[in-house]
Amino acid sequence: MSPAARRQQRVTLASWALTVLLLASFLAALGMGAVAIAPADIIQALLGQSVPGYSGDIITRIRLPRACLAAGVGATLAVCGAYLQGLFRNPLADPSLIGVTAGASVGASLAILLGGGTLGVLGGLSLVAVGAFIGGLLCVWLVYRVATGVNGTSVATMLLMGIAVTALAASLTGLMDYFADNEMLRRMSLWRMGGLDGASGSRAALMLGVLAVLLLSMTRCARQLNTLLLGESQARHLGVNVERLKTQLIILVALGVGVSVAMAGSIAFVGLVVPHMVRLWAGPDHRALVPLSALGGASLLLLADTLARVVLSPTELPVGLVTALVGAPFFIVLLRQHRELVR
Amino acid sequence: MSLLAVNKLQVTVADKTLLRDINLSLNAGSITAVIGPNGAGKTTLLKAISGDIPCRGDIKFAGQPIYHWEAAARARKLAILSQHNSLEFAFTGTEVVSLARGPHSTGTRIDSQICIDAMSAMDVLHLAGRLYTTLSGGEQQRLQLARVLAQIWRAEDAGERLLLLDEPVTSLDMGHQHQLMRAVRDFAATGVAVLMTVHDMTLAAAYCDHLLVLKQGECVASGSAQSVLTESLLAEVFATEVTVITHPKTGKPVVIGQ
Repeated sequence: MSPAARRQQRVTLASWALTVLLLASFLAALGMGAVAIAPADIIQALLGQSVPGYSGDIITRIRLPRACLAAGVGATLAVCGAYLQGLFRNPLADPSLIGVTAGASVGASLAILLGGGTLGVLGGLSLVAVGAFIGGLLCVWLVYRVATGVNGTSVATMLLMGIAVTALAASLTGLMDYFADNEMLRRMSLWRMGGLDGASGSRAALMLGVLAVLLLSMTRCARQLNTLLLGESQARHLGVNVERLKTQLIILVALGVGVSVAMAGSIAFVGLVVPHMVRLWAGPDHRALVPLSALGGASLLLLADTLARVVLSPTELPVGLVTALVGAPFFIVLLRQHRELVR
Repeated sequence: MSLLAVNKLQVTVADKTLLRDINLSLNAGSITAVIGPNGAGKTTLLKAISGDIPCRGDIKFAGQPIYHWEAAARARKLAILSQHNSLEFAFTGTEVVSLARGPHSTGTRIDSQICIDAMSAMDVLHLAGRLYTTLSGGEQQRLQLARVLAQIWRAEDAGERLLLLDEPVTSLDMGHQHQLMRAVRDFAATGVAVLMTVHDMTLAAAYCDHLLVLKQGECVASGSAQSVLTESLLAEVFATEVTVITHPKTGKPVVIGQ
């Protein structure tokens, strides 16, 4: 069978497998934890029927918002990774490359240093989350402004600016670490490891809303992104408005990563590796890559978060530490099987 | 009226004049080759026409200034094969070629038939299911050319069309060089004006209707192969002794280095 026919089969297979995986990890996220809840009870609680004991409240008030947030953050990071890898025409690009994660770290550390760690503002969002979001966007804006000249946006300059801004932000966070007291320092480094313990219904709704915007934009961007992979001038000669596409993608990625970092801290690995894994399996066509990455990212973060909650229960591990632990073995297996695709 | 009319084209990049006072006119159905030494401005000419670099002078395409064309409408009439095409993503051959149908809305059935036709014209139909990243340089080149042909394949989509090729035969074996040139000639006959840069002057003489010789950004000769390919002109342009003989079978000029 030719690679083309095999690839078509694999896309179909992957969409079924990842959908089942997402449902299973969602159920696991709802059922597992300090109190184990049977699948029948979960479904009853989700349908709004009364369940004996506290199980109903645990599901609807604690685990459901958290699972939705985890799925939303994971899917968003993976979709943003797929977009950025297309934009940079490099399968190794990571959402943190444009400086958004580093900027968010500065914003969050500053908010903690200024004593905003416990204050809640803006509909359940903490000052730290708002600081992270603003810091992330400021960095992207800076990167984008420097990289954009009269001849449009230079992707190479953007990459270098991302590195420069990340280095600058790292030294700023380092300085803040130095001046912070013990309690603040612990909060800062915990934030950087990433965690979903701040989940609430409104946060999950916001994250899923951003994810919906990203997925809706896919219908317009996916085909143009495929063309962009040929090269910028090649895409222009095929009628693609390359500058507009680049601006759109940067705004979408800044929004997606900015909100997800604000909600869950910096979570590495998902944005880089999920689209890469999907590409190894199902090919680079963004019309399949983006939705499959969303499913894969959501499943990965749900599984990682469930593991983070369960392993040392009732204590929680930061989810950022677990994502790589869950995802890396899969990635290594795929790399071994498809070495010839990576140059 | 000519399909493409270039009048007093001048390109200056960073205070260096790369092209000066170029006049050119292309008609549907004819093939024009640009020859000249490295750095003479051949690629610059193609890039200026396709709008990749800013230039001064008039470029009229199908009756109106080329910059007035809306991007998608222009993409249906004008296709260009660049010299460097890097693609790091493992698309299949068919996927690469079918990207060319993006500007059109002719439907999947017609589009896939066009891709098959363009691939068989370039003798790459057997690469349809292979992964681009696993192909050799020459195979990738032919696949890219099939993509460019598929972009402007049908006259009923866009009428008269223009094809720009920047060194399409580089990295091809001799058999495929001639096969490519024959395919381009057949394609031109369907109402396409072709402008290509070539290094092999014998190949250009065998297949092209007009030759344009560039030297240091200026046009030093233009006309039929017989009138342009003279020993004195080539010796001056390329700064090396050459012999021009007549091909015993076709009667076309053959250029031999000393």
